[in-house]
This record gives sequence, structure tokens and C-alpha cells, in this order.
Amino acid sequence: MFDNILVSAAVEKAEDISIGDAAVTAVFGYAVVFAGLVILMIVLYCTGAYFKSKDAKAKAAADAEAAKKQAAAPVVAETKPELPLAPGSAGHVKLFDVPDKEAAMIMAIVAEKMQKPLNELHFISIKEVK
Amino acid sequence: MDILETLKTLWNDSGFQSFFVNGGWKNLIMIIISCVLLYLGIKKKFEPLLLVGIAFGCLLVNLSYFGSGSTDALYHLDLWDNFLNPEHEDYHSYGAIMAHGGLLDILYIGVKAGIYPSLIFMGVGAMTDFGPLISNPKSLLLGAAAQMGVFLAFFGAVCLGFTGNEAASIGIIGGADGPTAIFLTTRLAPHLLGPIAIAAYSYMALIPMIQPPLMKLLTTKKEREVKMEQTRVVSKTEKIIFPIIVAMFVILLLPSTAPLVGCLMLGNLWRECGVTERLSDTVQNALMNIVTVFLGISVGATTAAERFLSLETIKIIVLGLTAFCFSTVGGLLVGKIMYKLSGGKINPLIGSAGVSAVPMAARVSQMEGQKANPSNFLLMHAMGPNVAGVIGSAIAAGFLLAVFK
Repeated sequence: MFDNILVSAAVEKAEDISIGDAAVTAVFGYAVVFAGLVILMIVLYCTGAYFKSKDAKAKAAADAEAAKKQAAAPVVAETKPELPLAPGSAGHVKLFDVPDKEAAMIMAIVAEKMQKPLNELHFISIKEVK
Repeated sequence: MDILETLKTLWNDSGFQSFFVNGGWKNLIMIIISCVLLYLGIKKKFEPLLLVGIAFGCLLVNLSYFGSGSTDALYHLDLWDNFLNPEHEDYHSYGAIMAHGGLLDILYIGVKAGIYPSLIFMGVGAMTDFGPLISNPKSLLLGAAAQMGVFLAFFGAVCLGFTGNEAASIGIIGGADGPTAIFLTTRLAPHLLGPIAIAAYSYMALIPMIQPPLMKLLTTKKEREVKMEQTRVVSKTEKIIFPIIVAMFVILLLPSTAPLVGCLMLGNLWRECGVTERLSDTVQNALMNIVTVFLGISVGATTAAERFLSLETIKIIVLGLTAFCFSTVGGLLVGKIMYKLSGGKINPLIGSAGVSAVPMAARVSQMEGQKANPSNFLLMHAMGPNVAGVIGSAIAAGFLLAVFK
């Protein structure tokens, strides 16, 4: 679409190019790359905002549904007993969509990379980034 | 049977005697260069998947081609000169290449027609997760900034006496994107393909050596230590819509980018849509490997001594390095600006990943960030600018193609 504009705005389709024309082309080219990616960035922000608001609405609807079900259901006391912690443990690590085996591997890799013993690190949660 | 005469005929037919006549010594130098490239690819693991093929193509062409009229050559420079000469009867005739060409001439048709770089881009798209970019669209600014080297090297090349077409092809080395460099060069300055492809892939392999000194020079320890917050989770629908939006937008903006951006985004759509896993797997593995074989060997074929050994090649190597360095600097400088504007929340090291070279440049950002602060994990943050750089270099190539084609 903009090819013709670019050609006329920069230089003619000549084999040789003067240093002045080259400077103008370089600055203009850099500006075009920036402009193209800035517009793309704006488009991505807009689609991102749309999906975020859609997710928020879906979450709110799900929360409301859950609250309604909870209100209707008889209250049952939490009976799940807390498991005793291992000696020297800093507590439980919350896992979000991460199997135990992978969590153990991730913790081992982090300890290795940081060159610190695993028992000196406190992992709060591990979440899979989708 | 005259044994002496037979031996003389064998000697005259052999390639060995060609080293001693009509500048054949240049082929000997190219054979040594190809052995050095093979050493770098195999022993030092410099982009081995492509460099080994390029180096062996270089070896083959210089073993078989000794000036115009080499009948047994695998690659014929004269055929391609005719192909590009509007006054010759074989102008733009692939038929003539098929009829008279050697093995490497026929394989080179895929490069000349822009098929291999586009198919490589399809594989890259199928292998790339654009999630980090979608979750942090600001990364696109870093991908744009890191194209600075492209345009500075273009300007430098014009100052050194190259034509506009040649300068554009040399400048794109700064995009740190091999397929884009090959795609643009075959269209604007095919006679420079050998040195440009070798420079592009060699410097991409050398990123872990080229970038860290510049990163340390342009950033303070405090800046390098910055830990970045985790970005939001991107939904599947966003990932599916992304390649469609980018393809529509970029191709409408610069139609000349259609082969590259179209294939990149098609590959990514196959990856993300969830219903074409077989195709995604084929493009990522089988097709990518097959095209890499053809691309490497046929690019290597363009390094015939007659053309490759020249002052121009040295200028291209120097300009290519300059382009790489300035692209890194461009990304880092905008990274520093973003660090200031965000109140110290963005680590400027991710800016250097704006040069394409996926995922090598992002890994370098991760390594340097972790050197400054061992608890720093920049990889996913650097992947955003890294994949933005791929789109940025395709736009830069599209612009140069639109201006000079």
C-alpha cells in the first residue's frame, strides 16, 4: 500500500545514490520501522485490553456463580488436616499447573544457577506461564 | 597406448593443474577459508546447522569452478550473470539454468526465487512463542530500536562507494536475521550474496562475544541488577489472533514483506491454533531441516573465488560487524530510556535482544543479567524484544526493498 509513497519520498530507483540521499533514506527508513512497530504496539495494547476486560467479566461471573452455589449449599467445616512440615522446612510451595516432579526439577535448577543449597532457598509459588 | 600422453591428458583435465593457471591460486585460498569455516562450525559450534553446509558448499564450488567455461562445475557464475543480464537471451530464464546448470545451480534456484528464506521463516514462526511480546507490547520499541545498525551500515556502505542496492543488502546484516539478509540480497545485489550470508551467520554465531562488552559499557551495574516483574498470562485466543493481525497489518503496510512475514505468521498460526499439530511439527522439524540443507549448500556455492576474494568482501565484513554493534547499541539505548521512564522497573539489558538472532540474543541478556544479580531471570522478558526484532528486521528489509527494487 505504502510502497509507492516510500519510493517517491525517499530516492528514485537509481543504481547509485548520493551520500545526502543515503542519509535521508537511512533516517526515513528507521522512522518507518519505528512507526510500523509503534502502530502494531497500539493494536496489541487494544486487543490486550479487550481480552483482559473479557477475562475479568468471565471471572466475575464465575465468582458470582460460585458465591451463589456456596450460599445455597449447607456449611461444611473444613476438615482437611494440615500435614506436618518436614524438619527445616520453610513451609509449603504453591503450585499452579505445575506437576510435583517438574517443580522439584525447577527448584533444583534455580539452586544450581544461584549456587546456593536448596535448603537456603524459600520458594513461595511456581506458576506455569502460558 | 601412449602412457605419457594419457598421463598428460589426465593432468590437464584435473583440478590440480588449474591451481597454477588463470588465477587458480584464488581457489586454493577459498578452499583454505572453507576449511576454517568448517572448523568454526564443527569444533567451535558457530551456527553449525548452516555454517557447515555453507562451508562445504564453498569447498565444492571452489574445487569445481575455475573461471568461465568450466564445463564440469557444480555452479556456474556465467549462467547467473546471463540470468541477470536484460540484454542476454537467457535473461530471467530458469529453463537455461536447469538445462545447462550444475547441481548447485539448480539448488540455488530456491535461493534466487526467495523460496528457502521464506520456508525457513515458516519454521521460525512455528518454533516461536510470541507470548512474551503479546503480554508486553512495549518490547516492539526495543525491536525497532535495534534496527539502528541496519540503517547506519547502509549509510556507511554508501560512503564507502557501494551502490544503493548493495548498501541496502549490506545494511540488513545488522538485522541479525540470516533468512532476511539472504532474501533481500538475492533481490537487490545477488553478486554479494556469498560474503553477506557468511558475515550475517558468522556474526550471529559470535553474538555471545560481540554483545556483552557493549552491554557492560552502556549500562551501570545498578541497571543490570534490575529484576523485572512477571508479565500477564496471554490467552490462547490472543495467541491465535496475533499472527493474523500482524500479517494483515505488516503486509498492508509494506507488501514487499509478504513472503517473509506471511510465512512467519502462517507457521506461528499452525503452532497456536491447536488443530494443525502435524503441520506445525513438520514445519518445525522435517521441512526446516530439509530447507537448511539446501540453503546452506547453495549459499556456499556463491563463494566462487573469482568473485569472493575482493576488497569489497573485506568492506562487507567490517560493515557487517559495525551494523551488529550499532543494532545492539540502539536496543540498549532505548532500553535505558525505558528504564528511566519506568522508574527503574525495566532492565535495559533486554534491549540488546532486539536484534533478531532468536534465541541467542535473549540468552545473552539472561546471562549478563544473572551475572549482575544471580537471582535475575530475564529470559522471558528478553524474548519479547527478540521476536519483535524478527518483525522489525522484516519491516526494515521491506522498506529497503520498496525503495531500491
